[in-house]
Amino acid sequence: MSELDILEQSKEVQPVETPPSTLSKFFIEAAAIMTFVWRFFKEVFKPRYELNELIEQSFLVGYKSFPLVAITGFIIGLVLTIQTRPTLAAFGAESWLPAMVAVSLIREIGPVITSLIFAGKVGSGIGAELASMNVSQQIDAMQVSGTNPFKFLVVTRVLSATLMLPILVILADFIGLLGTYAGVNITGNVSMGLFFTQVFQSISYQDLIPAIIKTFFFGFAIGLVGCYKGYYSDNGTEGVGKAANSAVVVASLMVFIIDMIAVQITSMLQF
Amino acid sequence: MKKMTGSQTPIQSEQHSKENGAVVIEMRHVKKSYGKNNVLRDINLVIHKGESVVILGKSGTGKSVMIKCIVGLDDIDEGKLIILGQDVSELDNNELLKLRKKIGFLFQSGALYDSMTVRENLEFPLKRQAKSKSKEEMKILVKEALDSVGLSKAINIVPEELSGGMRKRLGLARTLILKPEIMLYDEPTTGLDPITSKEISKLILDVQKRHDTTSIIITHDIECARLIANRIIIIKDGICTAEGSFTELKNSTDPWVRSFFE
Repeated sequence: MSELDILEQSKEVQPVETPPSTLSKFFIEAAAIMTFVWRFFKEVFKPRYELNELIEQSFLVGYKSFPLVAITGFIIGLVLTIQTRPTLAAFGAESWLPAMVAVSLIREIGPVITSLIFAGKVGSGIGAELASMNVSQQIDAMQVSGTNPFKFLVVTRVLSATLMLPILVILADFIGLLGTYAGVNITGNVSMGLFFTQVFQSISYQDLIPAIIKTFFFGFAIGLVGCYKGYYSDNGTEGVGKAANSAVVVASLMVFIIDMIAVQITSMLQF
Repeated sequence: MKKMTGSQTPIQSEQHSKENGAVVIEMRHVKKSYGKNNVLRDINLVIHKGESVVILGKSGTGKSVMIKCIVGLDDIDEGKLIILGQDVSELDNNELLKLRKKIGFLFQSGALYDSMTVRENLEFPLKRQAKSKSKEEMKILVKEALDSVGLSKAINIVPEELSGGMRKRLGLARTLILKPEIMLYDEPTTGLDPITSKEISKLILDVQKRHDTTSIIITHDIECARLIANRIIIIKDGICTAEGSFTELKNSTDPWVRSFFE
C-alpha cells in the first residue's frame, strides 16, 4: 500500500473537525453578547450596590474625558461654520449660519462625534484594563476574595459610561456652539447675545430630546462592548491589544447602527 | 510510599489521619474536562487539618485546575468535593461565598491590583468581607499582615514598583489578612531566584505554623517541596498516582516518580 493510499484511508477513518464558519462565529458571538447583556440586567438591580466604584468610574470616564471632548467640540463647531459659510453666502442666506450649524450640531454631529471620541478613549480603556486584569488573574483574585467581579467591574463601568456620555454630549454641544460663535466672528461681527438668540430660536425640544436620549444608548453600547471584549479576552499580551482594538471598532460600529435606528424611530414619531 | 490507581478510594495517609484532626478537603472521583480535553480524570484525595501537602506533576496534568476547583473558580463535572464538611455542589451562592472566606489562594503571578497601592490591595478584601471593621482596626490588620511578610516599608507604593519576590509576599499578605483556614499556593516560587525561593518557602512554613492553616502547594521546585511538605502527591494525566513523604518518594522504586527528585 502506497503512502498516498494510507493517507486516503486515514482520512476516511478519522473525521476531520472543521473550524466554525464565519457565520457560525458571528452567531456564537451574538449569543455570548446577549448572555452578557442579560447578566448585566440581572446583576444591576441586585444588592450589593457598588456605589463607591460607580462614582470613581464616573469620575474617570466623565471628568477625565472632558478636555478631549471639549477641544473636539470646539473644533467641530468652528470648522463646520467655516465650511458652511460659502454655501450659505452663495444663496444669500449667511444670516442662517448660526441656526443651521446649531441644529446640525445638536441633532447629529455633536452626539455622534462625541460618542466616537468616547468609544476611542473610554471603550478601548475599559477593554484594555479588564483584559489585562484577566491576563494577570486579578479578576480571579477578586472572585476568590469574595467579590462579584461582574458587579464590581462590569456593572459599574457600563453604568458610568451610560450616565456620563449624555452629560459629555451636552457639554460638547455647548462648547461646539462657542466654536461656531468664534467661526461666525472670523469674518463677521455678531454679539454673543444675538448669536445665542438666533441659536435658541432655531432649536426646540424636538431637536434636543431625541439627541440626548440616543446618547444613553450610545454610552450603554460603548461601556458594554468594552467590558465584554475585556472580560472575555484571550490570554497573553496579544489578547489585551486585541480587546482594546476590537472594543473601539465594535463600539464605533454600534454607535452608527444605534444612530440609524434612532433616526428612523424619531422620523416615525414625527420629531 | 503508596501507588495509587484511578479507581481507588480517596488517598488516606493512615499516619496523618491519626496525627491530624478533622478532614478538611476530600475529593472523591473528581472529573473535570474542557471540551474533549479530560484534565482531571479521577482525582481522589483526603487532606487533614494542619497538613501541608505538595502536589507535583508535569505541566498540563491538572494541578492548577484541581486547586481552582477547590477554591470555586471552576466547577467539577463529576464526583464529590467536600470542603470543611460541606459538599460544594450542594451550596448556594451565599454559602459558597462564606466558604470561600475560609480559603486563601496565592496566585502564581500574585494577581495584585495594579491600580491600587499596597495598602489598598490589602484593604480591598477587608472592605469586602469584614465590613464591620473600623478604619483603625483595618489599619492595624494591614500593618500586621505587612509585618508578617516583611513589607511594612512598602505600604504606600504601587505593585509595579515591587520585585517578583515582594509581589509574592504581598499576595500572601493579602490572602492572610482574612485569616483563612485553608491556603492554596499555585507555584509560589516560580520565576524567583533560589535565595528568594527559599525565603518564600520559609515564609509559607512560618504562615503554616503561626496561623495553623492547612496548605496545598503546587510547585515544580523540589527544594520548596522538601522544605514545606508533610506529604507529597504526584499527579499524572489527571489521576493521583503516588503519595508519600519526600524521602519515601525520592527513594521510590518507580523510576518515573524518582525522576521528579533527580
